[in-house]
Amino acid sequence: MRKIIVLGPAAAFLVGGSMLAMAEIKSLRGDRPLDAPPEPPKKARVISKTGGFGRQWKTQPPLIPHKIDKERISLDENSCLRCHAPDTYKAEKAPMISKTHFTDPNNPSDANLMRGRWFCYQCHVPQVNAKPLVENLFSKTAD
Amino acid sequence: MQGIWKKLLSTTMVVGVVLGVVLWGGFNWAMELTNTESFCISCHEMKNNVYEEYTNTIHYMNRSGVRATCPDCHVPKEWVHKVVRKIQASKELYHHFMGTIDTREKFLKKRGELAVNVWKAMKATDSRECRNCHGETYMDFDKQEERAAERHEEAFDKGMTCIDCHKGIAHELPKGWKELAKKNGLMPTAETTPAQ
Ligand code: HEC
Ligand code: HEC
Ligand code: HEC
Ligand code: HEC
Ligand code: HEC
Ligand code: HEC
Repeated sequence: MRKIIVLGPAAAFLVGGSMLAMAEIKSLRGDRPLDAPPEPPKKARVISKTGGFGRQWKTQPPLIPHKIDKERISLDENSCLRCHAPDTYKAEKAPMISKTHFTDPNNPSDANLMRGRWFCYQCHVPQVNAKPLVENLFSKTAD
Repeated sequence: MQGIWKKLLSTTMVVGVVLGVVLWGGFNWAMELTNTESFCISCHEMKNNVYEEYTNTIHYMNRSGVRATCPDCHVPKEWVHKVVRKIQASKELYHHFMGTIDTREKFLKKRGELAVNVWKAMKATDSRECRNCHGETYMDFDKQEERAAERHEEAFDKGMTCIDCHKGIAHELPKGWKELAKKNGLMPTAETTPAQ
């Protein structure tokens, strides 16, 4: 009898505790059942940042500090080169594509831009003013 | 006898005036009819290539819901210029029936040439059609992206025109467009842009 009196609350505590823990587990999708539509995300807008975002580490592909919805990259043409190519960057006052992107870094031109660097979005992305889904503790490395 | 002549003369005049009104009206009506987007894209050359690309751009869908259609950018608003453009457009009819650009491949091959024609026309008119909607005096530079405001302020002082910088605003750029533009003196250079 005494055993039951002691074990009863202990078991209740255990069950209750694990249920509490279960309630805390929450996917990024929220508490919604699988067959219900997810909550629509808040609209996020592209940030235009004068002077750029700076780099977090030396070899980081810098983030794109402007809108890119007008730009198009196809097999033949790349409209980022309107402003960032060796022959246009001066007139457009934009930073030139890094020399590391050319097969002949000392003599950069559209013709010797590496094909592996053609699809700029592979590495360079714009930023939106969205709230991060999880806290980010990453900090800048020493320059 | 005199009475008959008088009657005939006045009838002729009335008929003439009526006919004139009908023909004139019909002419303008035809001009208006051919000045719609649905007319332009009644030709597959226009629909499958340039129109399709344009539907992904800001002049098709934007925050204010104002559209710029094909004739807004390609057909002048003033009557005289409009008639001239329409006469030029008979070339398109000819090439339509000749099948000059009736496949995507043929179109892509000729696209550079067509684009240069349009750039030249816009350069010659100081981008008149763009200015029907966009007035540089009414631009609020404070509201623009800094990248845009900075370039605009200088460019307008220098007398540059929209098409100098805004190529490919409504369609994909043709292959090798930079060389084409340079060859025809249509590319802004560090010289046409003042130093900082
Ligand atoms: C109309 C001209 C123009 C076009 C087109 C353009 N850019 Fe830019 N870009 C700029 C300017 C100007 C800056 C500098 C902005 C500043 O620092 O204030 C810039 C900055 C950048 C930077 C930041 C560089 C750094 O060191 O911080 C990246 C990356 C970039 N652009 C990538 C792109 C990509 C990728 C595209 C094509 C999708 C593109 N840009 C199209 C004008 C342009
Ligand atoms: C494979 C990844 C990759 C691709 C693809 C790529 N980049 Fe980069 N980019 C980098 C990295 C990494 C850096 C920074 C290190 C460096 O300078 O090489 C960089 C640097 C830059 C810079 C800054 C240069 C400076 O002097 O600060 C610009 C501008 C740039 N890239 C533009 C472009 C454009 C435009 C394209 C498309 C034509 C492109 N990149 C494609 C990885 C890439
Ligand atoms: C009869 C079919 C047809 C219709 C309708 C048509 N187009 Fe075209 N368009 C063509 C063809 C074919 C060409 C290519 C001409 C060439 O090869 O030189 C062309 C070329 C063009 C060009 C390039 C011009 C140049 O100077 O080379 C523009 C701009 C254009 N069309 C705009 C329009 C607009 C705007 C409309 C509606 C008002 C329109 N088109 C209606 C068939 C058509
Ligand atoms: C019928 C009127 C009309 C004509 C003609 C017109 N535009 Fe526009 N343009 C607009 C509207 C409307 C917008 C979108 C405004 C907004 O953001 O809601 C726009 C937006 C733009 C933008 C901004 C793009 C962006 O991403 O923010 C540029 C650049 C532009 N136009 C250039 C031109 C050029 C160059 C021409 C001539 C070839 C031209 N426009 C002709 C009405 C017009
Ligand atoms: C010296 C080059 C230059 C000239 C000339 C020029 N622009 Fe621009 N414009 C730019 C640049 C660079 C941007 C920013 C990047 C982009 O949108 O391509 C821009 C952006 C714009 C925008 C969008 C602004 C924003 O904040 O989103 C509009 C609208 C525009 N231009 C219209 C025009 C019109 C209309 C003309 C002719 C009266 C014109 N521009 C002439 C370089 C120029
Ligand atoms: C905002 C203005 C604008 C609108 C709207 C527009 N165009 Fe254009 N169009 C241009 C400009 C500028 C060019 C010159 C080439 C370039 O810069 O892309 C051009 C080029 C063309 C060409 C030559 C081929 C090429 O791709 O260069 C054709 C054909 C054409 N336009 C047809 C049309 C048709 C059809 C529509 C309607 C679906 C249309 N355009 C809507 C501005 C416009």
